[in-house]
Amino acid sequence: MGPPPTDALIQIRGVTKTYRRGSEKIEVLHGIDLDIPRGDFVALMGPSGSGKTTLLNLIGGLDSPSAGTLVVDGRRIDRLSSGELSRWRAANVGFVFQFYNLLPTLSAQKNVELPLLLTSLTAAQRKRHAAIALSLVGLEDRRGHRPKELSGGQEQRVAIARAIVSDPTLLVCDEPTGDLDRTTAAEILLLLRMLNEEHGKTIVMVTHDPKAAEYANHQLHLDKGTLATASPEP
Amino acid sequence: MKYLPLLWAGLFRKKTRTLLTLASIVIAFLLFGLLQAVQAAFEAGADAADAKRLLTISRYSFIELLPIAHLKQIERVPGVVGVSYAEWFGAKYQNESNAFPVFAVDPERYLAMYPEFTIAPAQREAFARTRTGAVAGVRLVERFGWKIGQTLPISSEIHPKTDGDLNWQFDLVGVLDAEDPAVRGNTDIVLINVAYFDEARQNNRGKTGWYVERVADSSQAKAISAAIDERFANSPDETRTQPEKEFAVGFAKQIGDIGALVTRILIAVFFTILILTGNTLAQSIRERIPELAILKTLGFSDGKVTALVVAEAVLMLVLGGAIGMAAATALLPVVNGGTGGRFPPLFVGAETWMWALVLALFVALAVGLPPAWRARRLRIVDALAGHR
Repeated sequence: MGPPPTDALIQIRGVTKTYRRGSEKIEVLHGIDLDIPRGDFVALMGPSGSGKTTLLNLIGGLDSPSAGTLVVDGRRIDRLSSGELSRWRAANVGFVFQFYNLLPTLSAQKNVELPLLLTSLTAAQRKRHAAIALSLVGLEDRRGHRPKELSGGQEQRVAIARAIVSDPTLLVCDEPTGDLDRTTAAEILLLLRMLNEEHGKTIVMVTHDPKAAEYANHQLHLDKGTLATASPEP
Repeated sequence: MKYLPLLWAGLFRKKTRTLLTLASIVIAFLLFGLLQAVQAAFEAGADAADAKRLLTISRYSFIELLPIAHLKQIERVPGVVGVSYAEWFGAKYQNESNAFPVFAVDPERYLAMYPEFTIAPAQREAFARTRTGAVAGVRLVERFGWKIGQTLPISSEIHPKTDGDLNWQFDLVGVLDAEDPAVRGNTDIVLINVAYFDEARQNNRGKTGWYVERVADSSQAKAISAAIDERFANSPDETRTQPEKEFAVGFAKQIGDIGALVTRILIAVFFTILILTGNTLAQSIRERIPELAILKTLGFSDGKVTALVVAEAVLMLVLGGAIGMAAATALLPVVNGGTGGRFPPLFVGAETWMWALVLALFVALAVGLPPAWRARRLRIVDALAGHR
């Protein structure tokens, strides 16, 4: 039986995450309860080691909780096998990382096409989809360039194009502006906000930067593995 | 096919390293192609051997002669359906370095015994009726520029004519060839008509070097061999008969066990390649742990990432192997030209290409599976966090 219908895209109930280091067990998240509505833009904040990246990894299906339930878009992803999680991520989640994580040997266009290799699209269709995604982030004229030929901001735009090319419901962003100067960071955050407002993407973003967090609709604070407070809408 | 650009990009991430590794694979397969060709040439006699042919020599030594009179008795052995015989002439043409086998034979009997040799019917007939006639293999004809109708001045090292002269003259009446390139090397001979030779030689008249028998049933070859030898037991000219293939293998091994030698060299070469390529691939995968983690993040399953790593090894080995084998194939005609036909023709056959492919896949799996397994077990969160 599936979970009850709700407006929340993401429902987290009693989620804990425990890591084992040798004989020692370290609980990083302690019984997190959280709902994130569809179409929301949420900033996850907190000091280093608070568990925000761990929570983001769980929401993105990169890791599985030790206990609790995690429902995304009506599907319990905490029960999925590794293979099922791979397929689910490919179809539902786009990822943006602090250090862009582009494949250095591929052009911007080929990097953006990567998620589409897992679909049944033809080469021409993949190329067209990638071109659209690149134009959306303002880099259509840089599609033949390799990552090392791009600036940090441009690399992050390519990473965002890669994240949205398969039209996922959810974007998870881990410190997307952490490696960028203030001006470029603002451009990237505006781009994320545009994707949220104009394209209806639900965005969960981890950040240290209070200024970056201001671009989100909500700010959530994690401290020592516990969800502390939710800031009001700016 | 859609993953090929991804594989290619991964392979040439570090161009110099990949090109050097590729070069070592190319050299290994070039060596494989060349050595296999040499081995095939040495074993051509055995490979071309007909299971229905037996060979009879003197029981005590290959150089001991047998009476031509044995012919009729051998023909009467049950199961024998054809008999031919030949005598070693010991020839040189113009100078010492131009040595090639010349056999004194009964034209009809000998050519009937070796249907794999091709000769124009008119030339075959001319050979049978010309007492001083000779037919020569096509490669010898090309090497020395001989023309049909010309006189062949050939010296014998062991057979003087009745006047004591070692210089003989024969009339070239035909050219021997073979459709199978593996058999063509066996046509590097000159056949002369024994009727003239036996009459004109000073010594050993009425004797021949060996007999070749054709049997109706190859499964009876051993029994018929024994029956032939039994017929001449306790006579002054006892015989030793064996299937042609057995004889050819034994004869080749007198030069050396080429097969074992080639195998040992190739094992050493491929073991080195295995270590070299395996190490390179493992290093390449280690460097790309974050990239593999990204692929997994994007939805590439464990199986797909494993397959990509193995496919990269396969691509490298098959590419290097194909270039090496193509180089060997291209090089051998040059080598053949360089030997001036003194050595059997070397060529890379379809079977060698097939073995090269099997070898490439085997090495690819051997070097690709360990890093692929590592990639499969990679946890995304650990790899992205920088934990290896």
